Amino acid sequence: MSGLAVDGDLIVGDVPDQVAQANPEFERAAEKAESRRGLIMALPAYLYLLVFFALPLVIVFVYSFATRNRFGGTDLSGWNVEAYRKLGEPIVRDILFRSLWLAIITTVLCLLFAYPFSYFLATRSATTRNIMLVFVMIPFWSNFLVRNYAWRVLLGNDGPVSQITEAIGLGETRILFTPLAVVIGLVYGFLPFMILPLYASIERIDMRLLEASRDLYASGWQSFRRVLWPLSRPGVIAGSILVFVPSLGAYVTPEILGGAKTTLLGSYIVTQFLTARNWPVGASLSFVLMSVMLGATLVYFRNGGRTL
Amino acid sequence: MTASNAASDLSPAPSSDGSTPAVGIRGITKRFGDVVAVDAIDLSIHDGEFFALLGPSGCGKTTTLRMIAGLDFPTEGSLTIFGQEVGTLPPNKRPVNTVFQNYALFPHMNVLENVGFGLKMQKVNKTEIVRRSSEALELVQMGAMASRQPNQLSGGQQQRVALARALVNRPKVLLLDEPLGALDLKLRQEMQTELKSLQRELGITFVFVTHDQEEALTMSDRIGIMKDGNLLQVGSPEEIYEAPANRFVADFIGQTNLLEGTVESSDTVCLANGARLSVRSTEPVGSAVAVSLRPERALLHDRDDVPDGRSSLDGVVQTVTYLGNAVVYRIALDWMTLDVRAENRPSMKRYSVTDEISVSWLPQAVAVVAQ
Amino acid sequence: MSSPTSPVLPRGKTRIGLTMNAWLVYVFFYAPILLLVVFSFSNDRNVGRWGGFTLDWYRAFGENEEIQQSLSASLRVALISTVVSVVLGTMAALALERFSFRGKKVFDGLLYLPIIIPDVTMAVMMLLFFSQLFDALDAWFGLGLSKGFTSIVLSHVAFSISFVSVVVRARLAGMNDQLEQAAFDLYASRWQAFRHITLPLIAPGIIGGALLAMTLSLDDVVITQFVSGPGSTTLPVYVFSLIRRGVTPLINAVSVVMLAASITLVALSLLADRAKSSPQPTPSKETDNA
Repeated sequence: MSGLAVDGDLIVGDVPDQVAQANPEFERAAEKAESRRGLIMALPAYLYLLVFFALPLVIVFVYSFATRNRFGGTDLSGWNVEAYRKLGEPIVRDILFRSLWLAIITTVLCLLFAYPFSYFLATRSATTRNIMLVFVMIPFWSNFLVRNYAWRVLLGNDGPVSQITEAIGLGETRILFTPLAVVIGLVYGFLPFMILPLYASIERIDMRLLEASRDLYASGWQSFRRVLWPLSRPGVIAGSILVFVPSLGAYVTPEILGGAKTTLLGSYIVTQFLTARNWPVGASLSFVLMSVMLGATLVYFRNGGRTL
Repeated sequence: MTASNAASDLSPAPSSDGSTPAVGIRGITKRFGDVVAVDAIDLSIHDGEFFALLGPSGCGKTTTLRMIAGLDFPTEGSLTIFGQEVGTLPPNKRPVNTVFQNYALFPHMNVLENVGFGLKMQKVNKTEIVRRSSEALELVQMGAMASRQPNQLSGGQQQRVALARALVNRPKVLLLDEPLGALDLKLRQEMQTELKSLQRELGITFVFVTHDQEEALTMSDRIGIMKDGNLLQVGSPEEIYEAPANRFVADFIGQTNLLEGTVESSDTVCLANGARLSVRSTEPVGSAVAVSLRPERALLHDRDDVPDGRSSLDGVVQTVTYLGNAVVYRIALDWMTLDVRAENRPSMKRYSVTDEISVSWLPQAVAVVAQ
Repeated sequence: MSSPTSPVLPRGKTRIGLTMNAWLVYVFFYAPILLLVVFSFSNDRNVGRWGGFTLDWYRAFGENEEIQQSLSASLRVALISTVVSVVLGTMAALALERFSFRGKKVFDGLLYLPIIIPDVTMAVMMLLFFSQLFDALDAWFGLGLSKGFTSIVLSHVAFSISFVSVVVRARLAGMNDQLEQAAFDLYASRWQAFRHITLPLIAPGIIGGALLAMTLSLDDVVITQFVSGPGSTTLPVYVFSLIRRGVTPLINAVSVVMLAASITLVALSLLADRAKSSPQPTPSKETDNA
């Protein structure tokens, strides 16, 4: 709609309806008015995000180079990289590796369940597909805290899972407060994030290609390996990033299902702010976490992902 | 139309027949950044005319139409509608309406509401809106569909509604942007006739954009041929077909054989193989030209059996394509190939591949076109 | 739609495996939720044990003052932040989809960041921002402000705008901009074209965006926890603190109520989605019989 001025402006700054011959000045003025209109529409959200998002981001960055003083406060003068150096210390390093490891396991497990599920979904009739999708969307939209809490109830001492294992003679199970419980919670929380992009990418594949590969003497496994998998790769990448990234920064799940020995990155950052009062370390870790996330997002976009 | 507007001194000169043109375009240029979409064109479209802007995609025809509609502003130049300068007027202040390429019917309104939209925006009272909208729907034979939603209509029906939606506002000029492009062949031919008779009945000036030369030839009073932002030729279908202004027009309108050559004198062209053709030409002596020979204007003869008074070239039949109502021969000359189309009549002599023949034509049947 | 022929589902063992996996996934999704609902009616102090039917926990939920307060805070936060972010997000979407202006690319990028940034980082950002802001306001104007309702709302708007604008933009992108031009051509002013054409056509997107913003606001724990002050917590933050102190059947009941609210919102958004499914008339090529 460039160069279009319509009478009766939505906001302000209209070009007067002078009855005149077209000329470059008028065209430029009309384009300018149009551009101004766009800016005015964007401005409220723009300013809001600058003040309440971009500025806070800068503050975190500044804090990550600050020093913690003796009273648990933070000295902003005297910039140093002390907080980042602390990330190499064994305690923090262990936490980083543990978080990474759990995030990877979660991603792989999600992929293992979601891939066959999405393929199955894509081969159903349109009606079945829509119904099945609705039942994926419901947990996707349901309250995250509550969904984690449900596992706390299920896995708790004397909880249903334990009752079942006892009844069949396997004895009491003690899963709660172990890394396994955290992984179960994360998979439960983020499985829909894997299913939805995977399904979207598998659904787009022309299934006749599989028939063609079978016709050309490929076995079932070969058809999957050489045709289906490569074509669904964008979905695999998108889903993996959407699961891996929030798993890495998870806070609620490990707090509810994990034990004291399974501190993860998210909880550690929160502790730095709410109890240990070492804001620079917390800020530097948040920054590292965000960088991982930005990197992953760039990978996602580079692989042709468009929506999040 | 009164000429008493502020810009009366900018009003275009009266067109050739002395009346004010419905659409007057003088030196209109449109640039998008560095791209020149329309390059200083001049054009007068007469009152009551069915005018087609014809050209390949990207030639600037749609941009020209959008500038008349007000959806794009010209970078420079004068644009008048019945003498009134409108170059800087927004679309909602112009006495023209558009039938959009994919109809652009409002999906959340029924047919009657769609047609009445323009009147509603002009604050016409409700009973009047319903009366005039129903009338317009009757005009396009859609009276029975008034309460349908656009997505319940076929392509042809949507087309009619879009037409009614524009016509109900009694525009001084109706603009149509490839309105038949989305229809299948049979329906398209039907709509061509219908549009033409509707235009005659209403007497409104129609400006029609298309890339389909056959459509332009069938429907228009005059055609403007565009290429790369330039207007190459304006004329009646016959003028354009018989006397194309240049090579591009000759090739774009219908089919033709172009024989390269050089002008030797006002009535001789020397072809690329050295043969001399006697043909009238207004191109300067020594300029490179092409002689346009339409396939249906050429005849085949046995070698050395060409009647007097006809120009001819010798060749060999390369392929024969049977079309039912005609036969198309591809003739190999030493230096190029020619297509010759022969109507399928019982008396027609049939040739077959490798026959040695002569191709002949009447000197007045060919046109010399500039490069 | 993948292909006109019926899609291929492998035969034999693979097929059985795929079907079983699908069932397994659904059992995995729904068993915990359903059991939670069941146990919320259980008359047993142990959260995971059946002890006969009771409504006691729901009664306790209704009588617990702190829960009621935090519930009302949650609803107010969700409502206000949704309204604000819908207005700002929709305007941003219109600006980005329909106009070009200076700084558009930067704005586009800035608008994406809140979606991809981890909760924890966002929480840290908001905490540091508000503590700096309140310190500054205190130092300059002597305003003794502290974190609470306002800082929660401001933070929720900060992440919701982006989600609303993504949803509305998708809707706008799917809408042919020729429709607006047709309106201008039919004598509509810019405002009239927006009011009569654009707004009704993107309404499902706006509703979808609003429901998403509301869900996100009602879901959030981490950010809210960082910017809430004493006496101003939302329900999820309060429940979260309860869970950390130890689980009780009361939490089961609260959870089920929260779950019911989520599912209502999903149902509404699915309805909005259904209204969305036919945004454009598709000219069919059948022969005209008029």
